[in-house]
Amino acid sequence: MNTADRTGEGVVRLEGRAKVTGAARYAVEHPLDGCLHAWPVPAGIARGRITAIDTERALAEPGTVAVLSHENAPRLGEPEDPELFVLQSPRVAYRGQYVALAVAETPQAARAAAAAVRLEYAAEPHDVTLTGGHPGLYAPETVNGGYPTDRERGDFDMAFAASEFRLDTRYRIPPLHNHPMEPHASTAVWEGPRLRVYDSAQGAHAVQSELAALFGLEPERITVVSEHVGGGFGSKGTPRPQVVLACLAARETGRPVKLAVPRHQMAQIVGHRAATEQRVRIGADGAGQISALAHEVVTYSSTVREFTEQAATPSRTMYASPHSRTTHRVTRLDVPTPSWMRAPGECPGMFALESAMDELAVTTGIDPVEIRLRNDTAKEPDSGHPFSSRRLADCLREGARRFGWEGRDPRPGTRAEGRLLIGTGVAASGYPVYVAPARATARAEAAGGYRIEVDATDIGTGARTVLAQIAAEALAAPLDRIRIGIGNSDLPKGPVAGGSMGTASWGWAVHKACRALLRTLAEHSGPLPEEGLSAHADTSDDVAARSDAYARRAFGAQFAEVQVDMDTGETRLRRLLGVFAAGRVLNARTARSQFIGGMTMGVSMALTEHSTMDAEFGDFAERDLAMYHVAVNADVPDVQAYWLDEEDQELNPMGSKGIGEIGIVGTAAAVTSAVHHATGVRVRELPVLPESLLPGLAEWRRPAVV
Amino acid sequence: MEAPVHASPVTLYVNGTARELVVDNRTTVLDALREQLDLTGAKKGCDHGQCGACTVLVDGLRMNSCLLFAVARDGARITTVEGLADGPELHPLQEAFLERDAYQCGYCTPGQLCSAVGVLEEMAAGRPSAVTAPEHPSGQAVPAGDTEIRERMSGNLCRCGCYVNIVRAVDDAAGAQAGAGHGGSEGGAW
Repeated sequence: MNTADRTGEGVVRLEGRAKVTGAARYAVEHPLDGCLHAWPVPAGIARGRITAIDTERALAEPGTVAVLSHENAPRLGEPEDPELFVLQSPRVAYRGQYVALAVAETPQAARAAAAAVRLEYAAEPHDVTLTGGHPGLYAPETVNGGYPTDRERGDFDMAFAASEFRLDTRYRIPPLHNHPMEPHASTAVWEGPRLRVYDSAQGAHAVQSELAALFGLEPERITVVSEHVGGGFGSKGTPRPQVVLACLAARETGRPVKLAVPRHQMAQIVGHRAATEQRVRIGADGAGQISALAHEVVTYSSTVREFTEQAATPSRTMYASPHSRTTHRVTRLDVPTPSWMRAPGECPGMFALESAMDELAVTTGIDPVEIRLRNDTAKEPDSGHPFSSRRLADCLREGARRFGWEGRDPRPGTRAEGRLLIGTGVAASGYPVYVAPARATARAEAAGGYRIEVDATDIGTGARTVLAQIAAEALAAPLDRIRIGIGNSDLPKGPVAGGSMGTASWGWAVHKACRALLRTLAEHSGPLPEEGLSAHADTSDDVAARSDAYARRAFGAQFAEVQVDMDTGETRLRRLLGVFAAGRVLNARTARSQFIGGMTMGVSMALTEHSTMDAEFGDFAERDLAMYHVAVNADVPDVQAYWLDEEDQELNPMGSKGIGEIGIVGTAAAVTSAVHHATGVRVRELPVLPESLLPGLAEWRRPAVV
Repeated sequence: MEAPVHASPVTLYVNGTARELVVDNRTTVLDALREQLDLTGAKKGCDHGQCGACTVLVDGLRMNSCLLFAVARDGARITTVEGLADGPELHPLQEAFLERDAYQCGYCTPGQLCSAVGVLEEMAAGRPSAVTAPEHPSGQAVPAGDTEIRERMSGNLCRCGCYVNIVRAVDDAAGAQAGAGHGGSEGGAW
């Protein structure tokens, strides 16, 4: 799409050289004279009240400059997210909540000072355990994303009872942690009446607006810089407590302060994917046609803030289902506050729905690809709207062809290599097409070339690069004539890098600004003025004017092959292949990485990631990367991603759908379905563990023992 | 600033330059690089030796710099990601990472690169890994290949999920380094 990409392989990331040479500076890597280091102190109880704080020893540590707590921290204004109202009260809402902060000349001194803070508590009995029948369960007003809590269509109970095949299953997903490689980190500098913050965030404007409320400042007096961000996966979508602590400490000490959340505090502080228990019931006829579908979700939030994972929503949209019930119930526990993690709702919900589809395929004796094709729908069942484009069937067929699905013997345990049982599985994926209003500026510079500005954030998606490509195409200019500024709240406002909507939202504004600039340039005669010629764009009206007569979603299909050791019960991925239909792909190189990256995280969810809430102490037992296992290189031998050309005029000027999250959706179900095919054991609780498989593997072991 | 109670002078030879420092004895090599020398290429992902983002080369061997006390490494020769390129000319691994898009957010990338430099040297020196064939002759170069690379690179976490691209990049660089002796890719065999 531009002169720098002659191969069609997609241009190399613009910041690539900075990243591979170590020149890219992240949030706590900006050299500032006299910068102090801060280390937070987490609460040691799950519920109660701080009765005494002794900071004498902490302050006596050489190099300590200050110790802040609710007793001496400045009062804050009220933020939108109560989680940010730090050091304002002696109340403790969950174990690990920040209750004090040590500030010192060096990281070593700050850590020692934090360890020396003595706290006394009046502990209260806590409840941190989610159960299906928890007495505190209630129907929230809406669930995450603003979706309705419950939906009913037709008469589920009647249709289910009348169905030839009835499936009634429950799936459990443990808490999952985002764990971006760069911890949540911030550097704060007060410059007279102005506040400057380097923050590892998915949206600088979102941070600016919360800091303005907290510190009682006009937003214009706050600059938030998020130029390079070491991953987020949703957990940096809104500001987190560390940025507030850094600003507080910087104001109290009169010096710049940097604070990176220690890895072992992240599980408690930065949000996580809440555990879900999901009941799925499907009623179908002998041809595998679904008539009744119920998806009922039970989950939790903290006492600080309500967050309800919208896990039942995929069942409102994936398959034809004349009679449908989808519900969410949430209870408030004394636990850390859950939040967004890659594909909230879709990812856990599709694990349940797609696992159930595989079970239905097994029950009815219909091929798992075929049963999905038979339940394909041109209209979104919940809204009744036609899809603006939906190539799920093509993804399934193309994936089956590339994977070599044809001729698969559906019987479990029919393939073995020595002591390894081999199986294959498939799952569909889908993700909504979101878009949000954005602003952008395009300037033709007197010295030649163009400057594009938009507060977009590149958390590793390739946003910087693809936005420059969009500008180059709109201006009909070579890519090397484009300079792009992103990741700064002083730039025109854009939405957070989340919901797979970044490219659509920021890109639309960039496209519009560039087109406006071309018109301005066409009307201009003579040399450009010294400051160049600028055009501004705001897509609020364009986004509002989009037709609401369509359902807009991206679709895909994943195929997995696993091997299970019949003696140890160890499951390993052998290969994973995905085919996606996500509108127009703007950069093949970075898009492939997005798909593959999401799929890799899905493998991790299926096979290695496991977190448990300790009922006694009210804490996550797996708090660091030695205990919480994210997939490593050797766990992911072969992942391939392909996509179909998809023309869709109902999206945005680029014709793009989001690609950042769909890769994780469905992957875990493809893996567990492959495990079932290998072993005959259905795993309904993630991750797949040897102890779940070993009892069922006895059958396969027996012949070899003789 | 108060002087630290327990501090020591050390000399670290970082990317070919002698750097004389006084370090608080609790200071890791990683913190010395990042906080005292402003070499922020080496990343702090976990500070516990669990993620590999801080990997640097110490006297030619790859190590987690968050697990090394600077005071115990007086006189060490340290290469960080900032020292891999030869002036404007990138290291073949850096070029391969760009070409293969073997990074996304970039935070694990310096550690991946330094680790990969170590991996290629270890394989060339004939050092076996857990997946090297037991019959492989001791001391002879271990052929590169996807399984060897995956195994040896598994101490470097990447949450963006770039592993398959990282393997391709390291394999490209291994091929460039080893020439005809290169073991070649096993990918796409199925």
